[in-house]
Amino acid sequence: MDYGTIQGIITIVVMLTFVGIFAWAYSSRRKDQFDEAANLVFSDDELSKGSGEHK
Amino acid sequence: MMNHSQPQGADYNYTVVRQFALTTVLWGIIGMSVGVLIAAQLIWPQLNFDTPWLTYSRLRPLHTNAVIFAFGTSALFATSYYIVQRTCQTRLFAPKLAAFTFWGWQAIILSAVLTLPLGITSGKEYAELEWPIDIAITIVWVTYAIVFFGTIIKRTTSHIYVANWFFGAFIITVAVLHIVNSMAVPVSLWKSYSLYAGAVDAMVQWWYGHNAVGFLLTAGFLGMMYYFVPKQAGRPVYSYRLSIVHFWALIALYIWAGPHHLHYTALPDWTQSLGMVMSLILFAPSWGGMINGIMTLSGAWHKLRTDPVLRFLVVSLSFYGMSTFEGPMMAIKTVNALSHYTDWTVGHVHSGALGWVAMVSIGSLYHLIPVLYGHGRMYSSNLVNVHFWLATIGTVLYIVSMWISGVMQGLMWRAVNSDGTLTYSFVESIEASYPFYFVRFLGGCFFVTGMLLMAYNVFKTVKAPKESLPALAEA
Repeated sequence: MDYGTIQGIITIVVMLTFVGIFAWAYSSRRKDQFDEAANLVFSDDELSKGSGEHK
Repeated sequence: MMNHSQPQGADYNYTVVRQFALTTVLWGIIGMSVGVLIAAQLIWPQLNFDTPWLTYSRLRPLHTNAVIFAFGTSALFATSYYIVQRTCQTRLFAPKLAAFTFWGWQAIILSAVLTLPLGITSGKEYAELEWPIDIAITIVWVTYAIVFFGTIIKRTTSHIYVANWFFGAFIITVAVLHIVNSMAVPVSLWKSYSLYAGAVDAMVQWWYGHNAVGFLLTAGFLGMMYYFVPKQAGRPVYSYRLSIVHFWALIALYIWAGPHHLHYTALPDWTQSLGMVMSLILFAPSWGGMINGIMTLSGAWHKLRTDPVLRFLVVSLSFYGMSTFEGPMMAIKTVNALSHYTDWTVGHVHSGALGWVAMVSIGSLYHLIPVLYGHGRMYSSNLVNVHFWLATIGTVLYIVSMWISGVMQGLMWRAVNSDGTLTYSFVESIEASYPFYFVRFLGGCFFVTGMLLMAYNVFKTVKAPKESLPALAEA
């Protein structure tokens, strides 16, 4: 296999990886998980859970 | 959302966060003041007082090292240690190692403050420190990685919040960049020569240099943005999904953009073109991230009217968008033929460094410091507001003067007479730049004045009696 072919294959692999990441991030199955993750910023005021009077 | 009058999160390890937060302000003032001094030296060369260690050539690396590695990196240490604890809902891993990173990093900064004015340098831009200090940096940085990733491993949340992904990429990549670029053959305690030669050395240097911009000054500060913008706006990030695509696209692309620093040099032509194309593509993730940050405010725009801290954060994103548009444009070879080696480059760097890096750090610190000291707000919101305007005006003066000066220099250098001789001598272009150097100096004075106000405001906040500074009621 010559150098050009290897480069071509790498380009396709990298492109598919990007499409894969995109599909993974935008698949509807992960929506709830990501909504929860996005709200981690607001559930951090107390370290010990259960003593959340500061909410 | 929360009751600010209570000291919050008393269980988190804030000691090291407080230390780094306060030194950020101190090093910011020192590093930026040195910048103002060397800006003044370009107008009034007598200001080096004929003293070797006050010459421009020695103070310029001191300025860049102080603002990037003392001010910027201290801000990154403070915010990453804070954010990783709070979004992983656990205490910092190995607190003794965390304390070591603080004292170790301060020792490294002090050694830079001593060696650079003495003229001890390896001569590599943004990597001037000599080999014994390089080894110390490696040790502290690996310790930083252990503390940071150790904290992520012991997290009690299932998900790793996106800010930590950016911090993690920043920590790993800076370690790799630093170690590869600092490979050198020591010939004495304070002198070494790069392991690489010729064009390879230049390529390694700018692979390092551009990724110091991409991972330290961009990815790290994006980590800051992804926590403090949602927190201060009181709403979750606009699109968490976009933040994931943003992360992978940004780190995959940045690493290839370095050759745009070496257009029209001995670097192979195909490498230059590759660097240019990768820099152009980089525009997409950069703006994706900026839009994600700014759109977090949709539905909360009114908060900008009353909250100067949020204003700092949002304007920093605007400057980020501006300089990440300007950067790809300047990476185009034909544009670069005009802009390279002129003040335009200096202006571009500072629209990123002052407008983005410094302003997002300042905004984050104004959120952070009251929390760290058990208050609901800073001592004076008015001073925060005055600081905001000083910083904005200072940045605009700086970049506009450098745009004009840079384009003018580029045009003067390439102007030829009909017989093929140069129209202008180099010194004529310097003479023409003087008025703009003065405006730049003025912009720097504005920016440093803002930092001094910040130091006063931080001092009063830290010294205020507990719970004497409750959060203002939301409008």
